[in-house]
Amino acid sequence: MAAANKLLGISRCLLGSSRLGVPAVRTVMCPRSSRLGPGHIRAFSSEDKVTVKFINRDGETLVAQGKVGESLLDVVVEKNLDIDGFGACEGTLACSTCHLIFEDHIFQQLDPITDEEMDMLDLAYGLTDTSRLGCQICLKKSMNGMTVKVPESVADVRQAVDMGKSS
Amino acid sequence: MWGLSRCLRVPRGRLLLLPAGVQRSFSSVSPTPHICIVGSGPAGFYTAQHILRHNPQAQVDIYEKLPVPFGLVRFGVAPDHPEVKNVINTFTQTARSERCTFLGNVTVGRDVTVEELQGAYHAVVLSYGAEDKRELGIPGEELPGVHSARDFVGWYNGLPDNRHLHPDLSCDTAVILGQGNVALDIARILLSPVDILRKTDITQTALDALSQSRIRRVWMVGRRGPLQVAFTIKELREMINLPGTRPKLDPADYVGLEKASKDLPRPRKRLTELLVKAALEKPGQKVAANWAQAEREWGLRFLRSPLAVLPSEDGKRAARIRLSVTRLEGSGETAVAVPTGQVENISCGLIFSSIGYKSVSISSTVPFLPQQGVIPNSMGRVEGIPGLYCSGWVKRGPTGVITTTMTDSFDTAQAILEDVQLGALNWSEPRPGSVAIRELLHLRGIQPVSFSDWEKIDEAETAKGLAVGKPREKILDTEEMLQLVCR
Ligand SMILES: Cc1cc2nc3c(=O)[nH]c(=O)nc-3n(C[C@H](O)[C@H](O)[C@H](O)COP(=O)(O)OP(=O)(O)OC[C@H]3O[C@@H](n4cnc5c(N)ncnc54)[C@H](O)[C@@H]3O)c2cc1C
Ligand SMILES: NC(=O)c1ccc[n+]([C@@H]2O[C@H](COP(=O)([O-])OP(=O)(O)OC[C@H]3O[C@@H](n4cnc5c(N)ncnc54)[C@H](OP(=O)(O)O)[C@@H]3O)[C@@H](O)[C@H]2O)c1
Ligand code: FES
Repeated sequence: MAAANKLLGISRCLLGSSRLGVPAVRTVMCPRSSRLGPGHIRAFSSEDKVTVKFINRDGETLVAQGKVGESLLDVVVEKNLDIDGFGACEGTLACSTCHLIFEDHIFQQLDPITDEEMDMLDLAYGLTDTSRLGCQICLKKSMNGMTVKVPESVADVRQAVDMGKSS
Repeated sequence: MWGLSRCLRVPRGRLLLLPAGVQRSFSSVSPTPHICIVGSGPAGFYTAQHILRHNPQAQVDIYEKLPVPFGLVRFGVAPDHPEVKNVINTFTQTARSERCTFLGNVTVGRDVTVEELQGAYHAVVLSYGAEDKRELGIPGEELPGVHSARDFVGWYNGLPDNRHLHPDLSCDTAVILGQGNVALDIARILLSPVDILRKTDITQTALDALSQSRIRRVWMVGRRGPLQVAFTIKELREMINLPGTRPKLDPADYVGLEKASKDLPRPRKRLTELLVKAALEKPGQKVAANWAQAEREWGLRFLRSPLAVLPSEDGKRAARIRLSVTRLEGSGETAVAVPTGQVENISCGLIFSSIGYKSVSISSTVPFLPQQGVIPNSMGRVEGIPGLYCSGWVKRGPTGVITTTMTDSFDTAQAILEDVQLGALNWSEPRPGSVAIRELLHLRGIQPVSFSDWEKIDEAETAKGLAVGKPREKILDTEEMLQLVCR
């Protein structure tokens, strides 16, 4: 059965949240997002492609290409990148499992962060000065060749806070 | 597939001692690590996911007490937070794997023992969460009008055990003891415009009761100060912006806080800044307009520790909560509240104790620390019992969001994978897995619910919801669920 192969290699986009009747309320719709249903094949010229290197938790580098306008979560899902637990809330700003660390010069040119992204990012483990949530970052041509780092653990700092409590 | 029919007749509790013939019949089959998980909440599913993903042979069976999966994602997460429930998509993919089997409607510790599972599997993972509530232990706690957060949340989320709760919402003031995210969930559900809730999967019973609710004011009471609140910023922001509702925050509680929080870690600092802003600053036009028109309000009371619930004159219901005024010793996250000797009463018709959940022990053979409510373990390996593991709230205690649970479940799964690899689990010696357990259950008259059975329930619930414009209408009665499955 294909189910076994599909396990976790699944594309969440294809799963579609509508199955649950759950509206993906806060999903970022990048200007040229490829969140098109099956069958909607668009022709992209090579200029639309952006190459991204992901440094995984174990130090391994995963190289993937995405299209301009796609989010980094889209890339991870569509290219089936083996990053454990990435994108648990499917890009709705309700987890922080898509936390990525950017290079300085790329970080500078990212679109400004919203309060809502910051709220979720606050709970990300291993927060750095150049951290953002991957589901909120859309690919631009100028990002071609950039390297993003997956923080070592996706543990939520709420744990640290919770554990520090007296009772 | 295992040719196991003989093994199936082993008497209760004796599965470890399989008859010699049965042992031999296994040896011709290439061995598979058979792993059993108890509980189908995030801990169970994330542990399963990690094992299946990183061991291409492993067979993982998930046993669940209820006929329906997903634990607190279904019965805890607030109905107006559907995006949090997106994790169900990933869990569903895991459950549909041909190497994963869901066996619902099986209460481990009652229908089958942990020892029996240990006999049938190479490894058993306890991921059964924290089902009980922490008790306040104060006089009057048993009075009508006092509810635990656990029961109230279970009621609005359709937990079968709580379907007859009937909270009386005819008073104007409710007090929630505790200032965690569960307290905020309850406050939000009590105060949200019903038209917002109508579009969620909240139960119809709760919706009907809430649309008749007369509650206008909700106090969330903390024994410590504003720098120690346990809720998080996203949830606070949502509360501040809740339509038809305004915050009632005493400026005196917040003056000088911004300075005090200057050097705190970023999350606490931003949370404090938001509190201070809501309490001391003039809101923007839109928010100001919402607050001005609001008919309902919520507030935070600090440095108040619950002493007693006082009854109404006829003694029949809760009418007030008596609080001990406290002061803080120490500072920061570890500050401790000590009583000053002063007391204060708040009049209220409804009291929720939201001071946390608690795990219970499900077997006398499994070590358990009742004080902390956790199974003693290192990296998820249960102390002193090879082959037994734990993950999630029963491993860590009842705190942390789904992401936290995911991380610790991956850690436990990693420990299992390592043990399999090191040969510590004797997995080359075959184990019968669910085949043997199913037979035991059959003998005991228990009919497990499969994942495709759950999908039938899911379909029925979704269809029922669709008819009334909701994502789902949950079935509240386990009997009704089982009937659907039998058809
Ligand atoms: C009210 C509430 C709201 C929450 N909201 C959020 C939120 O919005 N976002 C977020 O990230 N986190 C939220 N959390 C936290 C999150 O739910 C937990 O981190 C997570 O569910 C813990 O997972 P678990 O699998 O350990 O426990 P659970 O989710 O409780 O799962 C345990 C499972 O084991 C089953 N079980 C129990 N006993 C047995 C037995 N004897 N035999 C077989 N099965 C058994 C139970 O039925 C249950 O299905 C919330 C928690 C609560 C209490
Ligand atoms: N939206 C979400 O993300 C969401 C929603 C719901 C739940 N959750 C998570 O689920 C976990 C459980 O939440 P929770 O709210 O049940 O627990 P919690 O976060 O631990 O909060 C418990 C609250 O009860 C108080 N308390 C404990 N014992 C008390 C006592 N004896 N007397 C008075 N007050 C007492 C605590 O105060 P002290 O600090 O003084 O002990 C704290 O304010 C949390 O990690 C939470 O973040 C998340
Ligand atoms: S995927 Fe959950 S916040 Fe980005």
